[in-house]
Amino acid sequence: MARVELKSISKSFGGVPVLSGIELDVADGEFLTLVGASGCGKSTLIRIIAGLEPQSSGSVLINGAPVDHLRPHERQVAMVFQSYALYPHMRVFANIGLPLMMSRLNLFERLPIIRMLSARRRRVMAEIESEVRAVTKQLQIDALLERRPSQLSGGQRQRVALGRAMVRHPAAFLMDEPLSNLDAKLRVHMRTELAELHDRLGTTFIYVTHDQVEAMTMSDRVAMMDNGTILQIGRPGDLYMRPANLKVAQFIGTPAINLLPAKVSSAGSVELFGAELPIRARRPAGSAMTLGIRPEAITLAPLGTSRPGMHLLPGRLRRSENLGPEHMLHIDLTSPASGTIICSVAGDHEPLTSDSRGLALLFMPSACHVFDVEGHRIDDVEAASAAAAPSSDPHARAFGATLCPLLPKAGEPCAPCGGPAARTS
Amino acid sequence: MMASAVAIAAPVPVVRRDRQRLIEKLAGCGFAFPAFLLLLLTNLVPLAVLLYLSFTNYELGALDTRFLGLDNFRKAVTDPVLRRSLANTFVYVAIVLPGAVGLGLLIAVLLHRRKRTRTFYEVVYFLPVTSTLIAMATVWQFILHPNLGPVNGMLRAMGFGEIAFLSEPAYVLPTLAAIGIWQLVGFNMVLFLAGLSAIPRDLYEAAEIDGCRSGIDRFLTITWPLLGPTTMFVIITTSITAFKVFDTVAVMTRGGPMGSSEVLLYAIYLEGYQYFHMGYAAALTLIFLAFVLLFSILQTFVLERRVHY
Ligand SMILES: Nc1ncnc2c1ncn2[C@@H]1O[C@H](COP(=O)(O)OP(=O)(O)OP(=O)(O)O)[C@@H](O)[C@H]1O
Ligand SMILES: [Mg+2]
Repeated sequence: MARVELKSISKSFGGVPVLSGIELDVADGEFLTLVGASGCGKSTLIRIIAGLEPQSSGSVLINGAPVDHLRPHERQVAMVFQSYALYPHMRVFANIGLPLMMSRLNLFERLPIIRMLSARRRRVMAEIESEVRAVTKQLQIDALLERRPSQLSGGQRQRVALGRAMVRHPAAFLMDEPLSNLDAKLRVHMRTELAELHDRLGTTFIYVTHDQVEAMTMSDRVAMMDNGTILQIGRPGDLYMRPANLKVAQFIGTPAINLLPAKVSSAGSVELFGAELPIRARRPAGSAMTLGIRPEAITLAPLGTSRPGMHLLPGRLRRSENLGPEHMLHIDLTSPASGTIICSVAGDHEPLTSDSRGLALLFMPSACHVFDVEGHRIDDVEAASAAAAPSSDPHARAFGATLCPLLPKAGEPCAPCGGPAARTS
Repeated sequence: MMASAVAIAAPVPVVRRDRQRLIEKLAGCGFAFPAFLLLLLTNLVPLAVLLYLSFTNYELGALDTRFLGLDNFRKAVTDPVLRRSLANTFVYVAIVLPGAVGLGLLIAVLLHRRKRTRTFYEVVYFLPVTSTLIAMATVWQFILHPNLGPVNGMLRAMGFGEIAFLSEPAYVLPTLAAIGIWQLVGFNMVLFLAGLSAIPRDLYEAAEIDGCRSGIDRFLTITWPLLGPTTMFVIITTSITAFKVFDTVAVMTRGGPMGSSEVLLYAIYLEGYQYFHMGYAAALTLIFLAFVLLFSILQTFVLERRVHY
């Protein structure tokens, strides 16, 4: 049980800055995920929390007390490594029981042969054994106690590494990409299991991954890192629905968000391929912008259709990928627009054919994410669009400026926001 | 091009498949033959000659040689010189083995974490390995000289009086063993360093999180068990090298004083090249080989069970 705080943590390796001014406050019992591209400093940060790496400046607090002077094992945190770091010469039992043996037995009671002399050792070992068994039972590896790590499958090793972390009842779990060595199917399974483990234990989890799906599905909050800084912290839905930065928008969501070049018109609103959108830009006229549209925010219709309040871009279907529950459509924009857009439609969508007349891509301007040249979100999209077109879409109302991304099928209520059946494509 | 493709696609007749197999076999033997020939000429033939000589009373330069059967071995069993030299050899090995392995490990562990100074120390400790022991023996002889040597000079200055390292029967074997350790430590250190760098770093980090506080904890939990295979190899090579001790004895003590440093190889050398009893020396050599073989077999089987995971 612990609250973990980071106060302006910076780190450089031989003059090369890797982390700069990281501020983070992880509440007791929270599942916080650090996510970001490779090399952005996630592992370095989690190793600083664990005490394996000294920070260059700043302070780590656990339950309000600075722990910078404490050795890793004194910080009461457990770590699960990407490589699992199981001790290859020990059986599963010893692997899991080692933290307890280290804290409860003195040096003589751990020395080979000499340890036989200690009567206390036998008593303590019996205790340890029952605790190890309790943990292995929870993780369903109690049949493997006599095996060595080399005789285990990847998933079983993963569980042993988890067991070794759990057996100490640590104040916080630190996990550095614990699932990245598993195959795709097992990864999905372990994802659920880890989330359930967190619910059951109620302990603070700090979890590192570069897989945005893991971050979105497991966490209470996600901190997106880039280049040694935290770009945005928030609930998974926040990062998806209101990315504060272009990089966050690009990183979160599969397939990735569509980006279109835009600029600020002379009237001060966002201009996309020559047409003005009812979005106020609050940047000097003529400056460049980037407009992001999520693949599922786009509705397809025959060319020539128009819907009130929706913006239209003409396009032609290039290819369609059938994923079962949905189709991924790659659409080339046609004049006056240009570029390629990916949009997803439900699997039972009527088959689209790439006829020569092309398609109309329709989207609500309020569903757009607008970023300036530096990649910052231009936040008054909401205000401007709300003023321009008082939204009648219940999904948009429930989620603020953006539309509910999880479009239900026609005739069914929308689960996430409670609104009625949404527009059908 | 077309023709060969067709030929491969067509079912191969049985006769041709057999011929193919024969050709492959011949080719395999052809590749192995040079290595086998070398092994035969340099190891197996001399070994066979040795075995034959050990059954005879052959003397270097003698014109007639008699076949003695097992007489040489019978003589060896009761030979007090052989018994003494064997005992001396075992004492020597018993000092050198723990000394050279333990020190090698200690130095390797100390050097492993150093960054800048590591190469320097590596070179310093490895120098004795590259030097010629016979030349260095002369240096040691000077260093340990009762009157002129710096070691005794120091002992005198500290008020201990001088020690005749090489002429006092009780000191001569430990002194030779110390020189043997000096020569072997660098080599063992390099082997241990290789073993150490094969241990993944995150095991130490995991151990640190799991509560291994001190260097002793880390050593006992991670380093020592994971160095098992390396240690086994080092023990075997060190004990065999120590068992073969010869040059320091030949140059510095000639087995003396009063045979107190006469080791097995030196006894064999005396029999063969000083007394020209080639047949008897051959028998002793076979006994020597048997010990070396026994060593490696014993250590492989005893240690193998404990070091593999
Ligand atoms: N010991 C070190 N010495 C020098 N540079 C280092 C060291 N450790 C990490 N770095 C650098 O720090 C940066 C961040 O590394 P880090 O391991 O934290 O990335 P990461 O976000 O965990 O990446 P990944 O997702 O690939 O694991 C990288 O550019 C890396 O090269
Ligand atoms: Mg990493």
